[in-house]
Amino acid sequence: MTQTLFDRIWDQHIVADLGGGWSLLHIDRHLLHDLSGPDALATLAERGLEVSRPDLSFATPDHAVSSSPGRDGSTYDRGETLYRGLKTRARDARIPLFDLGRRGHGIVHVMAPELGITLPGLTLVCGDSHTCTNGALGAIAFGIGTSEVVHVLATQSLRQKKPRQMRITYDGKLKPGVCAKDLALHVIRTLGASAGVGYAIEHAGPGIGALPIEARLTLCNLSVELGSKIAFCGPDQQTVEYLRGRPFAPEGTAFEAAAAEWLSLATDSDARFDREERFDLREVPPTITWGTSPDQAVPIDGVVPDPREHSDEAQRQTWQAALDYIGLAPGARLLGTPVDWVFIGSCANSRLSDLREAAGIAKGRRVAQGVTAWVVPGSVEVKAAAEAEGLADIFRAAGFEWREPGCSMCVAANGETVPSGRRAVSTSNRNFVGRQGPGARTHIASPATAAAAAVAGCIADAREF
Amino acid sequence: MQPFTSVTGAAAPLLRRDIDTDVIIRIERLTQLRRDQLGPYALEALRGPDFILDQPQFRGAPLLIAGANFGCGSSREGAVWALQGAGLRAVIAPSFGDIFFSNCCQNGVLPVVLQEAEVNELAVQAADGSPITVDLLRNLVIAPDGAAYSFVIDPVRRETLIEGVDELGLTIRRLPEIAKWQQNDRARRPWAIPNSRGFEVLPD
Ligand code: SF4
Repeated sequence: MTQTLFDRIWDQHIVADLGGGWSLLHIDRHLLHDLSGPDALATLAERGLEVSRPDLSFATPDHAVSSSPGRDGSTYDRGETLYRGLKTRARDARIPLFDLGRRGHGIVHVMAPELGITLPGLTLVCGDSHTCTNGALGAIAFGIGTSEVVHVLATQSLRQKKPRQMRITYDGKLKPGVCAKDLALHVIRTLGASAGVGYAIEHAGPGIGALPIEARLTLCNLSVELGSKIAFCGPDQQTVEYLRGRPFAPEGTAFEAAAAEWLSLATDSDARFDREERFDLREVPPTITWGTSPDQAVPIDGVVPDPREHSDEAQRQTWQAALDYIGLAPGARLLGTPVDWVFIGSCANSRLSDLREAAGIAKGRRVAQGVTAWVVPGSVEVKAAAEAEGLADIFRAAGFEWREPGCSMCVAANGETVPSGRRAVSTSNRNFVGRQGPGARTHIASPATAAAAAVAGCIADAREF
Repeated sequence: MQPFTSVTGAAAPLLRRDIDTDVIIRIERLTQLRRDQLGPYALEALRGPDFILDQPQFRGAPLLIAGANFGCGSSREGAVWALQGAGLRAVIAPSFGDIFFSNCCQNGVLPVVLQEAEVNELAVQAADGSPITVDLLRNLVIAPDGAAYSFVIDPVRRETLIEGVDELGLTIRRLPEIAKWQQNDRARRPWAIPNSRGFEVLPD
């Protein structure tokens, strides 16, 4: 029977057919963090239930912890209860936790692929919408709410209805100075923020084969901004090489056997999808958001659109509200718009390749006066590697703050906010109203664009550096 | 879970598209408050002098009419708890964020998908606070003028909502089946168990 990669993995995980297209699916990995973890573990205890498979669960405190140098779990005092709650409850349930400062600690979706906890062919969930990031390695990975977290803790399974399937095929290669973040924003801008609702998306084609794994992680990360809770790339030789030697990945002959199985999971050439889209990577420009939804984006040298262009009343109102919040006028050029804050970090762009890209711009330059610029590496591992190869020194010498791993200003759950009315260029994934703090004006962009904004003091084209 | 059969009452129109869960409940409230304390902060980011849920005709309204892609973004279930705490029982919109949709169903809040034109029409009619009925037993939304709009919802979801079924309670009964699956899987995919030597590489 003709099958997609998604069909294959899905079918392998059906514990029971519940009828009407619903299945009881086995969950191979469960990631927990300080924001949704403690409440779910407490609810489980209230119901008198135990964690069914602590050996398939991994926890990391990332959301509500300070990122300031020398921090500990109480540095952000309002997050301390969550931090301690996760730690104590994980310990009691025998769930391994990667604690602050220890190897393995990091943003949940940075640490899991990096440690080989995420593997091709697995099902993986987490009480966090960016769990789709993990799909870049060829897993079915998706975000769930707290009730479902409790369900997984108690049963290591979930009741799910199989979604529709979309394939996005990519041809060609990205131009120099254009990266995965630009590609993701370009796709979202073209298809719209709800295009993926109800679909599992396979990012496929020769263009994906040519993208390094870290770039695929970025692309899958932002697929939830396209509306899809599930997105993935088929595992290939690059995936196999990326995973070889990772701590929790299989070793030796077991690894070779697993790799052969992973490579066999591919979508059949004659498989059919409910929806197909196609992009040419050569046509992707550096892209930046102008509004408060990730699809409100333009090429870096573009202008803010005019809400009156829209024939639809709801859309017009939506755009106008976005402009009022962001403080820009229709027709304004993004280039040259003064910037107060720059944030380089988050599970979208805090891996080593992202920091290299930003450091390439920062090297030998200075952060412009009046700009506060932060670099928050995604994990202890990334931080150590970046320090070893001199990236941290480049950032510090340029006047960036080099901080401790965590979500930090991506969601500002740890009190690290962009002040109200201030404009930020951020490598995170959401420009929502109030996301980086009440009144914060966020422009989402690539690490190179963010670094360029930091040194120029305004939105700038990194290709000109 | 509170069962959902039929609800009649005022429906607050909030027709902007892509209202995300960060806007529905601010992260700061989630880190500082219990789930039963979130109601007063629902949609806080949109509050202002003419905030819709503060209008006299919509105080305590059980229904919300929203633009497309309502509840996109973060998976925070607190978004549903906040809306529920504010008294909402159902949201009518052209489409919903996938995770939010599922979170609604987990809590007995009904997400109703209607065509954009139907949603707009309902919003016009509901503007003065005239009551709308959302009837899950008949899969109908009844407008103040009596017009009935039928909606489609997955039959399994529908059943669960009407009965107020506890999904976890159902699955717990299948634990032996799950254990058996896991046992077979160990032979089928030995590599799918995390390598326990990982902990030696990363000592505790
Ligand atoms: S970095 Fe941002 S998007 Fe990623 S898990 Fe943390 S808060 Fe969520």
